[in-house]
Amino acid sequence: MSLVSIDNVDMRYGGAGGTLAVQGLDMKVNKGEFVAVVGPSGCGKSTLMKLVTGLHIPQQGTVIVANEHVTKPVSIVGMAFQNPTMLPWRTTLDNILLPLEIVERHRHRLRANKAEYVAKAEALLATVGLKGFGDKFPWQLSGGMQQRANLCRALIHEPELLMLDEPFGALDAFTREELWCVIRDLHAARGTTIMLVTHDLRESVFLADRIFVMSARPGRVIAEHRVEFARPRDLAIMYEPAFNDKVQQLRAQIAEARVTA
Amino acid sequence: MTDIPARPAVRAADFKVPWIRLAPWLYTIGLFVVWEVAVRLSGLPHTVLPAPSRIFQAIVQYWGPISRNSVQTLYTTLLGFGLAVVAGLGIGLFIGWSKTIYAGLYPLMIGFNAIPKVALVPILVIWFGIGTVPAVLTAFLISFFPIVVNVATGLATIEPETEDVLRALGAKKLDIMLKVGIPRSMPYFFGSLKVAITLAFVGSVVSETVASNNGLGQMMSQAQSQFNVPLVFAGLLALAVEGIAMYAVMAWIEKRSTGWAHRSTMGN
Ligand SMILES: Nc1ncnc2c1ncn2[C@@H]1O[C@H](COP(=O)(O)OP(=O)(O)OP(=O)(O)O)[C@@H](O)[C@H]1O
Ligand SMILES: [Mg+2]
Repeated sequence: MSLVSIDNVDMRYGGAGGTLAVQGLDMKVNKGEFVAVVGPSGCGKSTLMKLVTGLHIPQQGTVIVANEHVTKPVSIVGMAFQNPTMLPWRTTLDNILLPLEIVERHRHRLRANKAEYVAKAEALLATVGLKGFGDKFPWQLSGGMQQRANLCRALIHEPELLMLDEPFGALDAFTREELWCVIRDLHAARGTTIMLVTHDLRESVFLADRIFVMSARPGRVIAEHRVEFARPRDLAIMYEPAFNDKVQQLRAQIAEARVTA
Repeated sequence: MTDIPARPAVRAADFKVPWIRLAPWLYTIGLFVVWEVAVRLSGLPHTVLPAPSRIFQAIVQYWGPISRNSVQTLYTTLLGFGLAVVAGLGIGLFIGWSKTIYAGLYPLMIGFNAIPKVALVPILVIWFGIGTVPAVLTAFLISFFPIVVNVATGLATIEPETEDVLRALGAKKLDIMLKVGIPRSMPYFFGSLKVAITLAFVGSVVSETVASNNGLGQMMSQAQSQFNVPLVFAGLLALAVEGIAMYAVMAWIEKRSTGWAHRSTMGN
């Protein structure tokens, strides 16, 4: 049974004469699966994320999440964008607790069970290597630390579906690999369904079960790859020939998609 | 050998004059000195431009009326300003709430703000009679506009990404306003208080000058009709002092309440 099902979707920005961002988009994501979406810049990947979360409603076609037609923002998702949108007047901990003040399921319990939630947020901070930084303000953290906090905020309400839009874009190589492992372990431990948009092909092959390659704008899926490496995966698999073959294959496809645009 | 360079450094720190802190006082004193010297050298009669010494003499001589009228002006100004804060915050939140309200009311507000408020004083006098009420209302009318505009702007310029994060969690418009819009517009609001308080003084004094039997504005216009120019200047000086003091209070409140917006100056 698929958790996310996108069927022949067209999405145009700015009215009838506007930009056609995606066209004829088809995609299915199973429960518990980890999928990655790659493609040329501006091909509609962020648009796809917003369609699935219900932030945009398509002009044509259907988006179904958890057996429900998406007509308004979906409540089971957690989302992390490329630029960390932390609120500067809240401490990092309060930023992470923000979703709990909004999500229906938690907002009525928050006041009475504050300690429990704070403990949970602190545990999350510890998993991403930010132990003890909860009382700092976001602007007192480095860019990479803000990204980690951003990830915590997307996870605090234990979403069934985690949407990550280039969340590791601005990070250095070591931090990035560290966070790949955090995400990998999280996926293994909780069985969360994850959709990851990325420009880093190695990242997609290392993390995902399936990779969708999108065409240039208007975006649609032009290829689908199954990644067969056994889990749990170790960072060392990135040096295996089979891994590099997969990366090369993806690279060639995207290069071609860019040219035909 | 090692402690030789250390000594002058310690000395320099000991005798360091806090020039930046002293600068406002020094410049003010400088202005008065230049003014005094210029008036004496040019021999201008004090009915045209009184020297500072003559003005201070007037302050001493008329201390009673000056202090009484200063209190009256401060009172009307603060009352009008207080009303402006409450109304400005309310209307600003209302206008910033939706793009449609913003689009519809903004031109009206601009048009209203373009009206010289002194032109409204006669109308206020017809409605409320001569005295404190028109002065309070003029101070209110002139100072609430910057507050409204700033609060509305703070709300209307929420980053779309931030809004998306919250909407994706199922946030309603009210949630977004409470969690993001209002905290975000607070620095704009407190920043506008500094502008609004100085405008409020303009409003109350204008009204007092035209139609009142109280306050610094009325005192100055009466002194003027008696050719008591030093007293006019004494009134101006009293106004300047009140204006600077209230501005300083507003700046302090701004600094205290929205420290996160001044993060670059907090040494972090
Ligand atoms: N709010 C918007 N209004 C109008 N056009 C938009 C808007 N958002 C995106 N677009 C257009 O839709 C197309 C797809 O944008 P999208 O952000 O989905 O691309 P992307 O694949 O995420 O790109 P990148 O990899 O650079 O992040 C782009 O051509 C862009 O110009
Ligand atoms: Mg994007």
